Amino acid sequence: MRLKKRHLGLIAYLIILFLPIYWMLNMSFRTNADIMRSFSLIPTHPTLINYMKIFTDPSWYSGYINSIIYVTINTVISLTTALPAAYAFSRYQFIGDKHIFFWLLTNRMAPPAVFLLPFFQLYSTFNLIDTHIAVALSHCLFNVPLAVWILEGFMSGVPKEIDETAFIDGYSFPRFFIRVFIPLIRAGIGVTAFFCFMFSWVELLLARTLTTTAAKPIAATMTRTVSATGLDWGLLAAAGILTIVPGALVIWFVRNHLAKGFALGRV
Amino acid sequence: MNKWRDNKAWFLVLPVFVIVAFSAIIPLMTVVNYSVQDIFGPGQRYFVGVEWFRDVLLDERLHDALFKQLAFSFMVLLTEIPLGIAIALMMPKKGWTASACLVILALPLLIPWNVIGTIWIIFTRPDIGLFGAIVNNAGIAFDHTASPVDAWITLMLMEIWHWTPLVALLAYAGLRAIPEAYYQAAKIDGASSWAVFRYIQLPKMRGVLTIALLLRFMDSFLIYAEPFVLTGGGPGNTTTFLSIYLVKIAVGQFDLGPAAAFSLIYFLIILLFCWLFYQALQAVGTGDKA
Repeated sequence: MRLKKRHLGLIAYLIILFLPIYWMLNMSFRTNADIMRSFSLIPTHPTLINYMKIFTDPSWYSGYINSIIYVTINTVISLTTALPAAYAFSRYQFIGDKHIFFWLLTNRMAPPAVFLLPFFQLYSTFNLIDTHIAVALSHCLFNVPLAVWILEGFMSGVPKEIDETAFIDGYSFPRFFIRVFIPLIRAGIGVTAFFCFMFSWVELLLARTLTTTAAKPIAATMTRTVSATGLDWGLLAAAGILTIVPGALVIWFVRNHLAKGFALGRV
Repeated sequence: MNKWRDNKAWFLVLPVFVIVAFSAIIPLMTVVNYSVQDIFGPGQRYFVGVEWFRDVLLDERLHDALFKQLAFSFMVLLTEIPLGIAIALMMPKKGWTASACLVILALPLLIPWNVIGTIWIIFTRPDIGLFGAIVNNAGIAFDHTASPVDAWITLMLMEIWHWTPLVALLAYAGLRAIPEAYYQAAKIDGASSWAVFRYIQLPKMRGVLTIALLLRFMDSFLIYAEPFVLTGGGPGNTTTFLSIYLVKIAVGQFDLGPAAAFSLIYFLIILLFCWLFYQALQAVGTGDKA
């Protein structure tokens, strides 16, 4: 009986969570005129015209490709640099460790608008404006500290005896790290990868400022749905639904790592 | 946990340090530079010292915006953190239901922020939006464009809808990282489910909850795109949060000096609160272990 009540709460929450997304889905199958004319729970004349436009117009679908490229680069950079750093913070004491750890997070605390002008000047000097790598690097500002913090939390949950036993067994550090340690914190890596992907995916301000055409992100393309005649709700909703898809795939792939968590006694 | 003392660990931190310092320090210096100068154009700048800081600190509208921002952030935190933990506890541990929950939870997080505001505009419209239609049919007059209370409720709902999944996902991953042996030991001791939560799950989730709390605080304190799109700071000035006010100064009046001083003060406020939260949570954690 207790278990049932629990599930009802969860199901109710998930339904409420899904309602705005359902509304977006609903609108994405309707023309703009139809959306503005009447309220209807289910599209009465479902149409794929909005999706067709996105898939056939290069200025639309290239936005998705650009976003996926720089988000992937960013996630890879964030994870590979953050893994060793998080290990150092969770296992070692060294000069300035606490200060550096907190300083990392302070980089997320400034209003993002502050960084626009300096970043533009910085990346112009390196001739990197309108490249995927520029956006990926600029997103490291908030993703790398986040990755270090989340991973450190998970690594500190792993007893230090595991490291010690492995070193006594003759594992070298890189081999121990890759073969023993990383499998132990799979859940943490899954969460971190998802969050890096997510924060880079939805960021608009920096991505829009550092690009013009060749690396323009999808979120910037979507602002084009505002035209002189008002907003094209149907097109915007279809584009919105499509922006959810890549991230949903990412979480689908990391879900098992999330749910499996931590198995003690692997060593 | 007592740690190994070894300064060579710096080599492991170095890549992160370089990549973050590269994109953090130069912008920060630029802002500090602007904040003490009056800029009329290229080559026409005058050193003004702390004048902008004094102006900004004495600005009544800023106090008002700051107060609203704090109220908003704390209400958001007080709702999202407990709700997120509760959802993580309710979620199934494995199987396809767990996968389905994870994917549904992630959906709101993946929508670009400017689109979130736009979707909520139509979602809350009484004539063609689902939420607006339901509420109005229930006999409650609801209009976030005219009533300040309704505007606040809409923003809170949108924020909670958007970000509770982040807390839930972090808490869920934290829960999954607890070794099964802990639960078995608790079962042998005959611990109640409250005791399991209080003495096993909550302390073990401390790491992920710290990051969840800090993240939610700073992001809700910096919230810009969603209220800008949904209410534009209105009706009147009732939802003009700090960030919206900052952009009004920086872009609307094009005052780089005051805007830079404002940004620095803004940053210091967030820094202060995060540091307090962090210290408090660290202290709670060590208290539990003793």
